[in-house]
This record gives sequence, structure tokens and C-alpha cells, in this order.
Amino acid sequence: MKDDSFLKITGLSKSFGGVEALSNVSFDLKQGESLGIIGPNGSGKTTLVNLITGFVKPDSGKVFFRGKEITGKRPYTIANLGIARTFQMAKAFHHLPAFKNIIIPLRSPRVKTFRGAQYGERDDIAIDLLEEVGFERDSAVPLKTAKSLPHGYLKRLELARCMALRADVIILDELFSGMSMSEVASTLPIIEKLKEEGKTVVMIEHRLRELFRVVNCLIVLNFGQKIAEGSPAEVMGSEAVKAAYLGSEE
Amino acid sequence: MAGMLIYGLINSIIFALITIGFTLTFGISGIANFAHGAFYVAGAYISWHLLNSLGFPYPLAIAISVLVTGFFGAILYRFVLFRVRGVILSEVIATFGLGIGFLELFRCLGLTGYDYKLPKFVDGSLELLGVYVDYQRLIIIVLGAVLLLFLWFFTHHTKTGLAFRAIAQDEHTALNFGVESDRTAMLSLGMGGALAAIAAIAIMPLSLIAVEEGHHILILALAVGIVGGMESTMGVIVASLIFGLSQIIVATYLSPNYTMIVMLAAIILILLIRPSGLFGKFKELEERI
Amino acid sequence: MAKIRREKKDSNGKYRKERLDRGIKARSDTIFALTSYREALYLVVPRAVTIIGLLILPLVLDIWWTKVMIMACVIAILALSWDFIASAGMLSLGQALFFGAGGYLAGVLNYYWGLSPLYTIPIATIAGATVCTLLFLPVLRLRGIYFAMVTFAMPLILVRIIEATRIWGGIEGLSALTPLPNLWVSAYLVIAAVFACLFGFRRLMDSDYGLVLRGMMDNDQAVMAGGINIYWYKAQTLFIGSAAGAFIGAFMTHYYRIVGTSAFSIDYSILPVACTVVGGPGNFAGAMFGAFILVPLCEYLRAIGSWRIVLYSFLMVIFVVAVPEGIFNYLERKYHQFEHWVKTG
Ligand SMILES: Nc1ncnc2c1ncn2[C@@H]1O[C@H](COP(=O)(O)OP(=O)(O)OP(=O)(O)O)[C@@H](O)[C@H]1O
Ligand SMILES: [Mg+2]
Repeated sequence: MKDDSFLKITGLSKSFGGVEALSNVSFDLKQGESLGIIGPNGSGKTTLVNLITGFVKPDSGKVFFRGKEITGKRPYTIANLGIARTFQMAKAFHHLPAFKNIIIPLRSPRVKTFRGAQYGERDDIAIDLLEEVGFERDSAVPLKTAKSLPHGYLKRLELARCMALRADVIILDELFSGMSMSEVASTLPIIEKLKEEGKTVVMIEHRLRELFRVVNCLIVLNFGQKIAEGSPAEVMGSEAVKAAYLGSEE
Repeated sequence: MAGMLIYGLINSIIFALITIGFTLTFGISGIANFAHGAFYVAGAYISWHLLNSLGFPYPLAIAISVLVTGFFGAILYRFVLFRVRGVILSEVIATFGLGIGFLELFRCLGLTGYDYKLPKFVDGSLELLGVYVDYQRLIIIVLGAVLLLFLWFFTHHTKTGLAFRAIAQDEHTALNFGVESDRTAMLSLGMGGALAAIAAIAIMPLSLIAVEEGHHILILALAVGIVGGMESTMGVIVASLIFGLSQIIVATYLSPNYTMIVMLAAIILILLIRPSGLFGKFKELEERI
Repeated sequence: MAKIRREKKDSNGKYRKERLDRGIKARSDTIFALTSYREALYLVVPRAVTIIGLLILPLVLDIWWTKVMIMACVIAILALSWDFIASAGMLSLGQALFFGAGGYLAGVLNYYWGLSPLYTIPIATIAGATVCTLLFLPVLRLRGIYFAMVTFAMPLILVRIIEATRIWGGIEGLSALTPLPNLWVSAYLVIAAVFACLFGFRRLMDSDYGLVLRGMMDNDQAVMAGGINIYWYKAQTLFIGSAAGAFIGAFMTHYYRIVGTSAFSIDYSILPVACTVVGGPGNFAGAMFGAFILVPLCEYLRAIGSWRIVLYSFLMVIFVVAVPEGIFNYLERKYHQFEHWVKTG
């Protein structure tokens, strides 16, 4: 294949019992591009992320990464290939101090191949990473146990995990939901910086203003179907999207 | 051949009867009731006492012991499981500990030896396709069929039953629609206990009431549940048929001793091929792990 | 964190009692900041008392109590193994399987091939752990509850199989096996094993490796998202945990000079869990502490026969519901706190 596509999915479908959570969704993403996915609640956005990252197996359809098929591979295998994700409901290790949360991805085979992730150095790397996502080192926030942290911090902990993996594709599932305005404002530059570093960012977001600062193309899902695709301006102008969001009264 | 089929069928129904209470509780509340074996023995033990120590008439003794055991189930939820709900470790240890505690308690209270035997409902036997089948076993067949039908009717057509199914499918949504999760879970444990007692009273007249029977029954219920898929009634039926028939076949052609090996092999095989059992919710499991 | 407790009044004014955590734990739960010789001592003393105390015990106890102590160590190791496996989020109700696997392998090696305990015990440890891990491999993919169910059923089914097929001596078991040299050797061998497990497991859980295990207990999806193969880690955990169980099973085979189906008996499954729950799960010291309370208690209560199983089963339930942190953790918390009176008016 002469394929220059980086992350490509074709015809992904998944239903849970009778509910068709996702049907026949495809897209194609080049390295360094960034994609936004929007859609009403329950439209299948999280399911799409789960399918790409291997947490759920698709009923049909395929996922390709760097030209190789990764459909149905285990989540950790996919993470090690370089696709990292955050969870919509932050999944922290509640009994561990925040920085220890980051040590776990630092032990993954992927990170072990990079220099500077040896035992003992990991603590420092983890705390540095947390500082980057805004855990104040001076007031010892990285040392607090995760369960004592406010929700916004947990979401940023998710982001830090992706950064620790040094993933090439970072999928953010409603990262900003549950964050305060100031947290969003301070997190946005981090994502923009990741983009500048050449990472491919896939962002699911209800906050459109922030989303449009990051992404240059957009997909809209509704009832598991892709109803629009294109640049943000095009997509937001489309009738189908308006109908999906406002309800199709006419 | 006909004998093998008939006895295989009876065996299967016994398996199903033993398991149904366990899987009902699990399917609705997500609680694996390791005290199931204790409920089973308790059902028989209580009715034996009502019958022999207090001189109750048999039908009354049966009714009371079923109710009492069901009540125990509800109590177990209300006073123990309620407090540790959601912590799997604690749920398992609590039911496991209570199960063993009560079984050993029965032993200490004197449940050993050959005295403890429940009478058959009706004596005598019947010739069926050239095989003699006693009435007790026929009753078990009928009872099994009736119970399965009843359960189906209950979960599909009564309000409580529908609430059961709602909780089993999606606890959060069910809660939003006003189903009380705790009350439902309590009921499910109560029903699980009552079903264990019914099974015990029907099956125990074929053998002695013994403490070991409690552990034995728990293993069988676990085996059937694992192979059939925990939450599914269909799974229970199919797995019971598999075990019931294969047990008779193995016993006839090899030796009765090998039935346990078949069981172990079936468990391991199923876990390797379809970890959530034949009819279990495979996808769900995989996501929740 | 200061907590107001009681109040008192005297001629000088009002006081209230304040309870403080000692400064050592200030930075975080797991990082100690030692600032003085006294604080170091304060941490060392409990550990030293445990080690020295246990080493002296066989010297001061009579034979009967030494045997009780050995039994306590045996159960302690099973409890430590249980706690270790549980700290990776796996809930075992079948410690007897590990115990029995080790016991039978040692017995078979000794009975049929005449190998001395010097060889049977190490071989049985490794081989037993391998067998147990392989048996549980299919379950690792499932939720905790399935793991519990299969672990519970496995030893009981194996007993039936041994009884039915009459392999390895059937119901009677294998007897007249090579004994261990003497009681001293036995006592210090188990003591060494307890220390190895206690400090080994603690050290392991404090390392980055243990971090992954604790992460799996909290949330295995997040561990997978971190690029870690949880099944591989779980298999390793299981191997280590079952090796401890198999070792002590092999030891008991030679200590009793007999191995039978009782090696798979439910006692070896439930007593370690009871010990851990009563002592306090999660930090290994609690598991050991629990064993050293419950086992002597049971021996002391031997007279009441099978009532003692009733007793420890119910004790376990009471603790899990009412005192989930366990005795040890409670005492530890108290040890790390001190109270004093402060003037309020
Ligand atoms: N594990 C599951 N089991 C059963 N149904 C599921 C599961 N996961 C998702 N669904 C269903 O699939 C549909 C799509 O859900 P999904 O979480 O993908 O939506 P979403 O677009 O992420 O919504 P939101 O904006 O609320 O996050 C919903 O109807 C949901 O109930
Ligand atoms: Mg979502």
C-alpha cells in the first residue's frame, strides 16, 4: 500500500444488545493532524475511542495504524504502539500518590525503550510531567493521594499519563468536562504544545470554542452514525448538524 | 439407553434446581452468594427439625422452612452485605465466612450421622419406557419444570420481576426510573435462599442431610454457573443438561468416580474458550473485566 | 491533622485533648522524613521486636507450643500469600490448592523417587507454583468474582478426583515420608520463610513493580491504558503467591511425614483469609499478626472441637463488616498518633 495515512479506520460498527452504538464509521488521519469528534450525548463517541484503543472489540470494521491492522488487539498492545487515550470518567489509582500514578505507564515496554526511564529516575520524570500539567510542585500536590485530589486534577492526571507514554496519537475523551474555566485555560496550551511537537491529537469535546483552537478537521456523530465531516466552519454550517443538535423540528 | 436418558434428565434437573437460586441472586445483585450451600443445608435441616422435633405435618414444615430460609437470605443482605456493598472482597468474604460458619454450626449442633433423612413425598415408583423411576424423582422433574416456568413468568410479567431485570441490565438507569436497588437486592437474596431450600427439600430425600452436602452443592452450582454463564437462565438449563447427561454417560461407560474430572475439564475448557460461559454476557465482561 | 477529642477543666482553665499524627508521615503516606535518632528508633523498634521475638520463641517455648508456633507460621505464610495475591486485585478462596499442590508434589517425589526433602521442597515449590499458575491462567481475564469462584472450586474438585481415581494413595494418602531432621530445623525453616515472605512481599510492593500490582487492584483498565500487560503481571503475581503456598505445603508434607487429601481441605483456604481479615489486609504485617493471634487461639480452644471453625468464620465476617481495617492497622494508626492536652481558656 502506498498509504500515507497514519491512523485509519474503516466501517467500524458496534452494538450493545439492541443498541447500535456505532455504525459504519470511517475516517483517515495523517500524522500531525488533529481531529475533533462531536455529537450529542450517547452518540457513540466514547465507543469509537474504545474501539480504536482496543477496550471494546468491534462487530465489524478495521483499524489501521501506520499501515498495519490493529483491530481487536489488546489495549496495552495498542498503547505500546503509541496510541494513548484519556478516559471520560477519570480512572486514577486512588490509593496511590498522584506521581506514582504516572510511574505505571513509565514502566511500560514502550517507555522503557526511551532513555531516562530507569528506576529511581522515574520519580523525577513523573513529578516533572505532573508539573507540566499544572500540579503545583511547591505545595506538594504531586505527592497527594489521588483520591484526595479534585476532579479537575484527575482529568489532568489522565493527560499526564498519555504524555508519559510518549504516544504519537493522543485521544482525549472530553478532557475538559469537569474542569474549571481556569483549568481549561491552562490545559489548552499543553495540548497545543503537544500538537506543535508533531503529535496527532483526537479530541472529543463539548466545549466547541476550545475545540476549534486545536483541531483542523471535525467529525460529527449522531446515533452512532457519522453525519458530517470537514473543516470546523463547513461542518458547523451544515444543516444535518444543526438538526442533530437542535432537534429536527422542520 | 432409555434409562440413561431418563436418569440423565433427572440429573440435569437436579443440577438446575441446585443452581437456579445462586444464579438468580448473582444475576440481579451481582453478589456471588458463597453461603448458597449453607442455605441449601439449612432448608433441609430446618424442615427435618420441624418434622421430627416439633412434629409439624410435612407440608407445613416445608412451607415454613422455605420461608425461614428465604428470610435468612434477606437478613444476610440487610445486616451484612448492605454494609459492604460494592466491595467485592468484603462481599465474598462475608458470604463465604457465613456459609462455612453456619455449616459448621449445624455440625456442632449435631448434624452428623444417619438420623438426618427427609422422608420422600410419596413412596413407590413407576415404570417409564421400561425403566423404574420413583415418584420422588418424578416430582423433582415436575418441580424443576414448574420452577423454571414460574421464574420466567415472574421476571417477565410481574412488577418486582421486571424491576429485577431492569437492575440486572443497567443499575444506573434503573435507579433513575425509581427502582430501589437495595430492596431489589434484598429480595433477590431472599428468593435465592428460598429456592435453595426448595431444591434441598426436593432432593435431600434421595440421600442424607449432611454438612458436606453444603460444600458439594456450592461447587456444583459454581460449576454450572461458570459453564452456563452466570446471569443467564438459559445457560443454567444448558449447562445442567451437559453435566447431567455427561455424568450418567461417564458413570455408565467409565466409572462414577470420573464425573468430577469431567466437571473440572468442562470448567477449564469453557474458561479457555468462552470465559463468561456459554450464555454469559461475554462483551460486557470483557469491558468490565 | 488535629482532632478534638475530650475536654477537661481544672483550676488553671479549660483544656481539650488533641490528637496528632506524628511528624514522620508528614509528606505523604509512603514517604518518611526522618529527622532525628529518636524517630528512627521509633520506626525500628516494632520491627526489631518482631524479628528478635520470633527468633527467640522456639528457644523458650515447650515442644507443644513450638508446634503451635510452627502452625502459626504455616498459616501466616498462606495468609501472606493470600494478601499478596489480593494486593494485585485477585481474590483467592483456594489457598488450599497451592498448599495441596506443593504438598502432593513433595510427597510424590519423596514416596516414588525417594528424593530427600533437600530436593523435594524446592522442586515442589517451583513445580507447584507452575501448575497452579497454569490452572488459573484462563481465569485471569475475568473479574474478581469469577476468580474467587474458580479458586474455591478447584481444590475441592481435586480432592474428589484423587479420591475417585485413587492416585497418589487415594484417600489414605502417602505416608511414612522422610521427616525433617528435627523440630529445631523445622521451626527455624518456617520462621525464615515467614520473614522472607513478609519482608520480601513488603519490599516488592514498595517497588515500582508493586506499584503496578496496586494499580491493577484500583483499576486495571487504567493500567492497560498505561501500556502494561496486566495478564502477564497477574500471572507473575500468582506464581509468586502460589510458590509461597506450595513451599509451605511441601514443608508440611515432610513435617507431618504424610500427605493426604486433607492438604486440600477447606481449612487451609479459610483460615488464611480469616487471619488476614482479622489482622488487617493490605500490608502483610496484618496478615502475619492475624495468624499469630488466631492460630494459637484455635489451638488453645482445641477442646471445643469444631466450634472453633464456627468461631473464626464468624469472627472473619464480623471483622470484614465492622472493622475492615483489621486489628493491626488499627494499632498501627494509634502507634503513629499521640495525644496531649492543650489549653483553651
Ligand atoms: N459497555 C456498554 N454496554 C452497553 N451499552 C453501552 C456500553 N457502552 C456504551 N453503550 C451504549 O452505547 C451508546 C453510545 O454510548 P457512548 O458512551 O459511546 O456515547 P458518547 O457519545 O460518548 O456519549 P457522552 O457524550 O455522554 O459521553 C449509548 O446508548 C450507551 O448506552
Ligand atoms: Mg462519552
